[in-house]
Amino acid sequence: MNPELRHLYQEVIIDHSRRPRNYGPLVTANRHAEGFNPLCGDRLTVHLRLADGIVEAAQFEGAGCAIATASASLMTEAVKGQSVAQVEALVTQFRALVTGAADATAMGKLDVLSGVREFPTRVKCATLAWHALHAALSGRAESVSTE
Amino acid sequence: MNTTSAEEQRALHVSIPSRIDVARVRQDFPILARQVHGRPLVYLDNAATSQKPHRVIKAEARYYAEINANIHRGVHTLSQQATEAYEAARDTVMRFINAARREEIVFVRGTTEAINLVASSYGQRLVPGDEILISEMEHHSNIVPWQLLCERSGALLRVAPIDAAGELMVEEFGRLLGPRTRLVALTQLSNALGTITPMRELIALAHAQGAKVLVDGAQAIPHLKVDVQALDCDFYAFSGHKIYGPTGIGVLYGKAALLDAMPPYQGGGDMIKQVTFARTTYNDLPYKFEAGTPNIAGSIGLGAAISYLDRLGLDAVAAHEHALLDDATRRANATPGLRLIGCARAKASILSFVVDGVHAHDVGTILDLEGVAVRTGHHCAMPVMEHFGVAATVRASFAVYNTHDEVEALFAALSKVREVFA
Repeated sequence: MNPELRHLYQEVIIDHSRRPRNYGPLVTANRHAEGFNPLCGDRLTVHLRLADGIVEAAQFEGAGCAIATASASLMTEAVKGQSVAQVEALVTQFRALVTGAADATAMGKLDVLSGVREFPTRVKCATLAWHALHAALSGRAESVSTE
Repeated sequence: MNTTSAEEQRALHVSIPSRIDVARVRQDFPILARQVHGRPLVYLDNAATSQKPHRVIKAEARYYAEINANIHRGVHTLSQQATEAYEAARDTVMRFINAARREEIVFVRGTTEAINLVASSYGQRLVPGDEILISEMEHHSNIVPWQLLCERSGALLRVAPIDAAGELMVEEFGRLLGPRTRLVALTQLSNALGTITPMRELIALAHAQGAKVLVDGAQAIPHLKVDVQALDCDFYAFSGHKIYGPTGIGVLYGKAALLDAMPPYQGGGDMIKQVTFARTTYNDLPYKFEAGTPNIAGSIGLGAAISYLDRLGLDAVAAHEHALLDDATRRANATPGLRLIGCARAKASILSFVVDGVHAHDVGTILDLEGVAVRTGHHCAMPVMEHFGVAATVRASFAVYNTHDEVEALFAALSKVREVFA
């Protein structure tokens, strides 16, 4: 198989897209935001439980491609237990990772998504949930677009 | 011949054998020689835009290299030659769609602008309570201009439904027509589903209620023989770039009496006879609707594209494309986990589908790495996606230069999708 393709669709990504973690509504959530990618019509909603500046729980719902779903799934795992400041830093770091920015740094498990940098048309799939996460943290309730 | 009924359309495809020498046709399109990701390009995104033959590229280049000048106003030789070439393109379009008069051919940027022109200009006579009827399978460009018009005028937008196969429900359509229906705007060939609508029948139904009809021919024009007089449509809109011509050029056909009675769309040079600060007299048709320097090169390129297609013969082209669609449909039906979206009895050139458990975008990326270019997404027809309960589909669309080997390449590439998502 094409090595770029194998790098894009690593097993972790296929696994998280098939069996997304932290999927579904979060009854205790006090922050929500929807991310919308008008290019493909994909929508994901991120639910957060914020307490004392800490993300106590993160869940997501919606339909997306394998990249968008896996990214959302891995994201919810990464942000749980982190402070708002830490999560905002992760959002910035993740954007650098998937766009292949010069200041991109390793992000552990999230590194599996770095393959999208070879596919500029797919970067927005990877960042969709992160846009919603950022919006949820800033308390914006309306839908955020990747555009 | 025209799209009198689905049955007639099918009969046509069956009765005319393909006379297209594809190998030769492919030589006419320089881009088909290129590779993508180290593989020969298999271009199956023709419904988005078609590739251009040498003669179109050359016609545009020749205008710039040899006769570039502004039209309709210079007394010098270049201006005269440019004007002749521009107006000759109008005549080519007129003959191609069998318009009664050359004044009925207005050059615009594309289908979208043609529809907006009618919505803006003809739309000025709409009043609160009037109705505009469209179908559920329209492209956004045949929805949004009417929504904007409804906001301005107080008119009501009504939508005729499609069934599970993706066919327009003609009886429902008839029931939605009424004395308040002023305008009906319908696609002749759905870009998301490939459905051919029984346009002549629909137009007759609309006319019986006194409504005017605009046909969105963006997808139909390269595949179906269009005769605007036989159809009796009031407006017909299409783009050059989907018919092997340049981008940025398109056509609005309108019946002369209607166009004549309509106010201008944009003001500017070329659309006037006389300007004073007290009063301006508008130019005759079609110039009343062609304000400013038009896309001269594009019009000439479009003329060249139509001549090219005419020489191949639209019947032979349609038969060739239909054979490809049949081949692809057969293979699709034999592929486990693949579901076709849009199974109308009368279809042309478009195969829209979803792969179980795999999002269309992932399919599109994997196909691209195999050199296969398809469109993935909602195809600017979100209501159609909603109807079928999918977020997006994969769409392969065929043109005259596609081959059965390329259909095979598409399905070979689709098997890679299974490998990745095994």
